[in-house]
Amino acid sequence: MISMRFPPWAIGAMILGLAGFAVMVAANVRQNRGVKRSLFAYPYSLWMVVFTIIPLLLIAYYAFTDRSGQFTLENFRTFWDSNHEMNKQLAELGFDPAALGGARGTVNVDTLVYSLWMAFLCTVICLFLGYPAALFMADRQFRLGATLVILFIIPMWMNFLLRTIAWMSLLEDNGLINSILTALGLPRMQLMYNSQAVLLGMVYNYLPFMVFPVYNALSKQDYRLSEAAMDLGASPILTFWRVTMPLSLPGVISGITMVFMPSVTTFFIPRVLGGGNTEMFGDLIERTFLSADNWNVGSALSLIMMVLILMSLTLLRKVDPEGEGGSTI
Amino acid sequence: MTKFIKRGYLVLVLLFLYVPIVVLILQSFNAGVSRAKWEGFSLKWYADLFQSPAITNALYITVTIALLASFFATIIGTAAAIGIHAMRRRPQAAMMTLTNIPMTMPDIVTGISLMLLFIFTRVQRGYVTMLLAHITFNIPYVILSVLPKLKQMNRHSYEAALDLGATPGYALRKVILPFVMPGVITGALLSFTLSLDDFTISYFTTSPLVQNLSTLIYSEARKGIKPTMNALSALMFVALLILLLAINRRATKAQETKTNGGTK
Repeated sequence: MISMRFPPWAIGAMILGLAGFAVMVAANVRQNRGVKRSLFAYPYSLWMVVFTIIPLLLIAYYAFTDRSGQFTLENFRTFWDSNHEMNKQLAELGFDPAALGGARGTVNVDTLVYSLWMAFLCTVICLFLGYPAALFMADRQFRLGATLVILFIIPMWMNFLLRTIAWMSLLEDNGLINSILTALGLPRMQLMYNSQAVLLGMVYNYLPFMVFPVYNALSKQDYRLSEAAMDLGASPILTFWRVTMPLSLPGVISGITMVFMPSVTTFFIPRVLGGGNTEMFGDLIERTFLSADNWNVGSALSLIMMVLILMSLTLLRKVDPEGEGGSTI
Repeated sequence: MTKFIKRGYLVLVLLFLYVPIVVLILQSFNAGVSRAKWEGFSLKWYADLFQSPAITNALYITVTIALLASFFATIIGTAAAIGIHAMRRRPQAAMMTLTNIPMTMPDIVTGISLMLLFIFTRVQRGYVTMLLAHITFNIPYVILSVLPKLKQMNRHSYEAALDLGATPGYALRKVILPFVMPGVITGALLSFTLSLDDFTISYFTTSPLVQNLSTLIYSEARKGIKPTMNALSALMFVALLILLLAINRRATKAQETKTNGGTK
């Protein structure tokens, strides 16, 4: 079961790291009859360098090199034009790609745009579904609020595979919903294998991520503020619009972050609930790596996704610098 | 009236969240293969589960990986938390940034970056690589469970132990470790749960020959769901639910002792 082949230089690096640790410990023991406590973090930093920093750098390395390890920007051109490599090979063979109808393949860019659009829709739907729920639960007169929040969190703990599979058995052609329809004498509906099913799956998976931070922001709010607004003659709607809602914005922003980020990188859900034409960027990356075995283009795609995510994160941090909504799970 | 609308809305949203899960669990007890018709209560699919070698093997891999990963992550993470806590401000901030990187990265990026590491170093993917990946994503959670405990601790108790003649190692074992132990256990439980639950990172860091329950469910789901998969999903859901309720219990209990001013 366990078969590993480490190249010699990897073993060398490991020994070097351990030796460095040993030297540092030895030097410390002699100096102050004990190991300095900050040294306890050394194995961790070593671990993180090997298993987090270097792997992330490797994505960049593969993204900017070709199969032989030469620097190249071709992978990004393949992102822009998925037929790029094929056309190049055709040209090398002496054909004229343009004459053979070698137009730009837009599949990669289209998938990215589709993913961003789906993530956007999912975020908007979660916001409109989740905000009222959070608002009603945070109501001071509603004593069950704190209990209900836990009910919202529980499905969040469940593996997203299981949650998606649960929907699958509801939506299938001979699933529960369609059997109820038939029992009522109604025609069956094609519920799966379209964008709406994928969107439903995404909303289902990420809705709790919206409810929780918004609820947090709302329930921490000083209720006397809205009471004061009411006392001063504002209607409940005006109070909500001018007091409660603006004060809950940090929670909304952190909710948006927590829904949008995983939505963009969603994979598996489109494959199970959507048909062949609902591929999202996460699936594209997975397919490029594992089915097409093209690590270089796959890395370029991952890098593009990482940059997009970092950009939106910084943007959201600017709007909510204190991160008040708190990304608590 | 508005009260009625508000509660009705909450009930609807909760129904939306729970109906699929409840249906899945009910179906796992259905005697028939059909997913729509109830053909009587039966535990047949659960019995089938434990007779399938693929599933029992996956169960073995999932549990051993979760145990080993949480064990190593807890040791490395606890040591790291103690180290980070003792650091001066600058290196401490650097270490916290380092800890936050994997937590902000989407799972798919973590999985792919680790896969590239194993491809680059020509390490064959399988059990060991999955274990290494699990340890990696677990450590930050251990650190974040232990650090708050360290911050609560009276910094002078460690110094007092040294003044009274304890060696640093002895003071660590008798003063610091007992105090942070609740955080350590929460971190270990959390790692164990995350490890049981993980799909994306496992998927990229293992080979098709070494499958845990999540990757097995994934490959089965693509072929269409069999009733045994329902039973497996229901079991996993209940196991995770129990574990997380236990963690939550611990967390709220810790909160209570803190607010009551109880120290121990």
